Amino acid sequence: MSHAIDRVAQFEHVTQRYGRAVALDDVVLSLPAGCLVGLIGPDGVGKSSLLAIVAGARQIQSGSVRVLDGDMADAAHRRAVCPRIAYMPQGLGKNLYPDLSIRENIAYFARLFGQSRAERADRIEDLLASTGLAPFGDRSAGKLSGGMKQKLGLCCALVHDPDLLILDEPTTGVDPLSRRQFWDLIGRIRARSQGLSVLVATAYMEEAERFDWLVAMNAGRIVATGTPAAIKQQTAARTVEEAFIALLPEAERRGHVTPVAPPRRAGTSEPVITARGLTCRFGDFTAVDHVSFDIARGEIFGFVGSNGCGKTTTMKMLTGLLPATEGEALLFGKPIDASDLEARRRVGYMSQSFSLYGELTVRQNLDLHARLFHLSRQEMRPRIAELIERFDLGPHVEQRPQDLPLGIRQRLSLAVAIVHRPEMLILDEPTSGVDPLARDRFWELLIDLSRNDGVTIFVSTHFMNEAERCDRISLMESGHVLATDTPAGLVASRGAATLEDAFIAYLEAATNARAMAAPPAEPTRRAARRPPEASGRFSPRRLVACTIRETLELVRDRVRLAFAIFGTAFLMLVFGFGISTDVNSLTFAVLDHDNTHESRAYLEEVRGSAYFIEKPPLQDYKDLEERLADGSIDCAIEIPPAFGRDIARGRPATVGAWVDGARPFIAQTIRGYLQAMNQLYLTDPAVVTTAPPPNPVADIEVRFKYNQNFESIYAMVPSTLALELALFPAILMALAVVREKELGSITNLYVTPVSRLEFLIGKQLPYIALAMVNFVLMFLMALFVFHVPLKGSFLPLLLGTLIYVTATTAYGMLVSAFARTQIAALFGTAILTVLPATMFAGMTVPVSSLTGMAQIMGRLFPMTYFLPISVGTFTKGLGFADLATQLAALVVFVPALLMLSLLLLRKQER
Amino acid sequence: MGSIANIFWLGTKELRSFLHDYVLLALVAYSFSFAIIAQSQSSSQEVHNASIAVVDEDHSELSRRIAHAFLPPFFKQPQSIAERDIVPLMNAGRYTFVLDIPPHFARDVLGRRDPGLQLDVDATAMVQAGLGAGYAQQIITNEINDFLSRAEGTPPSPVNINVRIAFNPNAETPWFTSVMGIITSITMLAIVLAGAAVVREREHGTMDHLLVMPLTPFEIAMSKIWANGFVILVATALSLYFVLRGLLHIPIAGSVPLFLGGVALYLFFATAIGIFLGTVARSMPQLGLLYLLVYLPLSMLSGANTPLESMPPWLASAVQISPTVHFVSFAQAILYRGAGFLIVWPEFAIVALGGGVFLALSLWRFRAVTSATM
Repeated sequence: MSHAIDRVAQFEHVTQRYGRAVALDDVVLSLPAGCLVGLIGPDGVGKSSLLAIVAGARQIQSGSVRVLDGDMADAAHRRAVCPRIAYMPQGLGKNLYPDLSIRENIAYFARLFGQSRAERADRIEDLLASTGLAPFGDRSAGKLSGGMKQKLGLCCALVHDPDLLILDEPTTGVDPLSRRQFWDLIGRIRARSQGLSVLVATAYMEEAERFDWLVAMNAGRIVATGTPAAIKQQTAARTVEEAFIALLPEAERRGHVTPVAPPRRAGTSEPVITARGLTCRFGDFTAVDHVSFDIARGEIFGFVGSNGCGKTTTMKMLTGLLPATEGEALLFGKPIDASDLEARRRVGYMSQSFSLYGELTVRQNLDLHARLFHLSRQEMRPRIAELIERFDLGPHVEQRPQDLPLGIRQRLSLAVAIVHRPEMLILDEPTSGVDPLARDRFWELLIDLSRNDGVTIFVSTHFMNEAERCDRISLMESGHVLATDTPAGLVASRGAATLEDAFIAYLEAATNARAMAAPPAEPTRRAARRPPEASGRFSPRRLVACTIRETLELVRDRVRLAFAIFGTAFLMLVFGFGISTDVNSLTFAVLDHDNTHESRAYLEEVRGSAYFIEKPPLQDYKDLEERLADGSIDCAIEIPPAFGRDIARGRPATVGAWVDGARPFIAQTIRGYLQAMNQLYLTDPAVVTTAPPPNPVADIEVRFKYNQNFESIYAMVPSTLALELALFPAILMALAVVREKELGSITNLYVTPVSRLEFLIGKQLPYIALAMVNFVLMFLMALFVFHVPLKGSFLPLLLGTLIYVTATTAYGMLVSAFARTQIAALFGTAILTVLPATMFAGMTVPVSSLTGMAQIMGRLFPMTYFLPISVGTFTKGLGFADLATQLAALVVFVPALLMLSLLLLRKQER
Repeated sequence: MGSIANIFWLGTKELRSFLHDYVLLALVAYSFSFAIIAQSQSSSQEVHNASIAVVDEDHSELSRRIAHAFLPPFFKQPQSIAERDIVPLMNAGRYTFVLDIPPHFARDVLGRRDPGLQLDVDATAMVQAGLGAGYAQQIITNEINDFLSRAEGTPPSPVNINVRIAFNPNAETPWFTSVMGIITSITMLAIVLAGAAVVREREHGTMDHLLVMPLTPFEIAMSKIWANGFVILVATALSLYFVLRGLLHIPIAGSVPLFLGGVALYLFFATAIGIFLGTVARSMPQLGLLYLLVYLPLSMLSGANTPLESMPPWLASAVQISPTVHFVSFAQAILYRGAGFLIVWPEFAIVALGGGVFLALSLWRFRAVTSATM
């Protein structure tokens, strides 16, 4: 340990604002080095912002922050210290890659810190052994339990031997046994690596008792700092939780009492809910395994267990949202029937996440639900007024839930769930993430509903102090109910001191977890360990790390992969067959007033044409109008009465034609055809007229170059290829970048030494490869499905495609800089590609015809330069020499787009 | 009765949610205004500004007159180039048309020696090449005839054809492209709005919430259909009156209420497809990818872009089951040809049937999928 640092981080007047919310309010703080520092406080008080700033993941808005003896506003210092800091953001496994296995996840982080293959293997085995994850090394991160995810997160954080470990709520939602194991692990790591500073945020106040030093936060401000003992002494409290409540401003604490449920009057009524051997399987995964219990009328029944232990699935089966795979469940003595609307009127449900309409105000939400439950008009107003009063929502009725603190939102959810006075309430983790005060208030309401209104309450929680308030609880783990009894009964049966200890005892008995919790194998061998690569220089190893990771993810995401490979082929078929500008199969009908040899000879010109199909003759003008109007003919030809006689006498005769103008392009084409036929008739030697036929004065030879039969497929297929190679690679690339933003793994870009260039190019390479696969597929389709031959040389086409898809993926990258959600990235890229591609890149209108803005937009879009290469090699028979300019122009796009994307991608969160 | 009330109140909630989703609002506004205007001004269906070069080896009065006869807006000012440049310039796509007037052309015309005149057309520029070649021939023939009749007076042609274009006498393409633009926007938005409404509820967990209330999947689906359909119907009407009539001055021949009635039916179909996709997709990005694979074929093969007649016959008959094809067809009949209900009702029926099928499919998928996601 370097004794020069006794402060690991110092904050001077730091204020952070996000929109209207103040996350940190003039924070002055210094954190001691070499110890376990805990940040305590409810959700949304600024703990995460503070940790993210220390980790260098967030930009500092005002004030100054020094971490590990340097200014965190200085990019050079951040680069220098980032290999010494490890950061695990909030949310279970949020910076991990769910499709990658445990080993692959750790290997990715090891590569980012520049470790060689031998060192990597050595460290991974070491970490897996010491965390007990070794037997599961090949399981994908997404399929791990909460506790295992946290251990994996820790492995990834520790792979480069940091001096400062930052953990943001590492144990939220994890079962008590895993939590205990986690803290033991941290203890061992600290014992092993002398001088390691650990900075932890937590919402569990009882964990904070074990920390060396505490920072209590509320509403962006520091309310107290010091050792747990000192803080408790300062407030004369027995526990940290009580101390924290005592530290809150008077206004917030007013009226707070720790809720205690009065004993329930023993009822002998039949159970409201009965579950017998209830089982739910998803594929080969059993989420709930033969669960049985009874809940009596008026009881508060608790489900206690970690995230993912089957609580939610059981509740969903009881509400009829999920069908049970096996077993039966009775609600009010009747089997649960998803189509039984009457039973649903008797139940209120609050799902795990906040599930009201954030866009509707508090009152609108209440109104909507009252209406959907068919409360009568007279009943509705007083009921809503009563709920607003009872749940203390008065000050917020005109506000929207999305602007309210979580605690108030949960009260609103409860109010909504009971608007129809249900006999039974099913509440799925209603207090998760809510601060202790608001949680207590929520429980007061629950107890009131149970004891005074006789409502049966079935509630799940992972807080032990809430479990203690239930009449009876079931302890759940991995889909099994471990035990069901009163809290006191459970404690007594295990001879434990607290409910938590009793739960741990049950868990250990059930999972035989003692073996896993055995002291870890101490590291025995150590491969040569180099200090982490300096992050300033470009590192091919980090780039390759990104490529490997992206490729693995892409290959494992079946939906995306199928879309990426077959989407282009499918649309190629659709466009290739569907888009055609060839005009044929035109329908016409004749109104022949003359009906002579001459008129039939004239009409023969049209009838003999391959473009036209004749329909039954027209009766009269009315018929003509009607059939044009209903679209059954495209054109009508009228021969005037004295047509034959006029021709014979050499008097100019005029044939009339009406063309359906609904589709102007077709109308114009028909007009052209008819005029050409008229001309043809005149030069037809079979036409007997007394008038001398006019000599042809000049022979206009029209040569349709490149495409002698003038079939649009020869232009359309190469254009479609160009369009799809613009659209798909760009969309996939944009999604790949924005996905990381949305899921949170972008944090790894902020806090590891990987540079933006390494990150972007590393991610781009797999998509370029994929686009080349698409190209080969579409190329073969062009040859063998559409029979469009390649007349020119293949090499310039291949080279052009490679440069082109590099440019289009970079284009997607650029769009992704502006998008925050995947759906926005998708639509943004689609619109920003399809519009210029079809309008300004020469696909429908030749670039040489564009002027003004359209021309500029075309010039700035890579497809404008690839289209001549694609159409040129396929249909015009061109080679390298003819396409050199286009190739050169395409090359320019690659660095230009990449530079722009680099400038717009941030190495820190704002 | 209670069911209708549920559908109504749930629908009002949809409308409120929609009005707060600024991204979707912007998308709707863009699709019914800017996108329509852009499409109406694109010249993808006509000859406009076609680039032409002339190799004048004759240097006569006639050759100059021919060159000067190519006029905007159909053609750009013809450029004079040398004969040896024809191939490289056409390879590079600089000119769509190159007219080669040989030496002594005018003399040979007057001498009735039937001289040849060569027009090279870049046949990879489909629409311009096809229509433009016809125009160019007409222009050249007229110029030569003019020249001759002034020189010696030629007799009029014994048979003429007088082609009149019904419903759109000047064959103005904005009439077509703007209305087809509206149709494309309707298809695009109806599917995506309804699909996103379902996925959003599932991602926010509110779908579970609805399903445990005394509501049927039918009521939930219908509320989304009417609310999202209503938004687009209003946008369509506004776009017809303000953008098409007001801004672009496009005359509408037929009955707008009848057309809007048809749009309402079509919206039933398109939103039902959207809801179905929403029940199939597990997340927003998946919905987006699925959507592209459904929307693009529906729209590209609807006849709104290129005519069904030019498709291979098997494809042209296969797409007859697509309600979008019938929507495009009755929209053209009503708006351009002034067709009445008696003419279009069979197509209305097909569209409604398509909507019914997808509504049934979504109801079938609804409960199974919504709960299996978490």
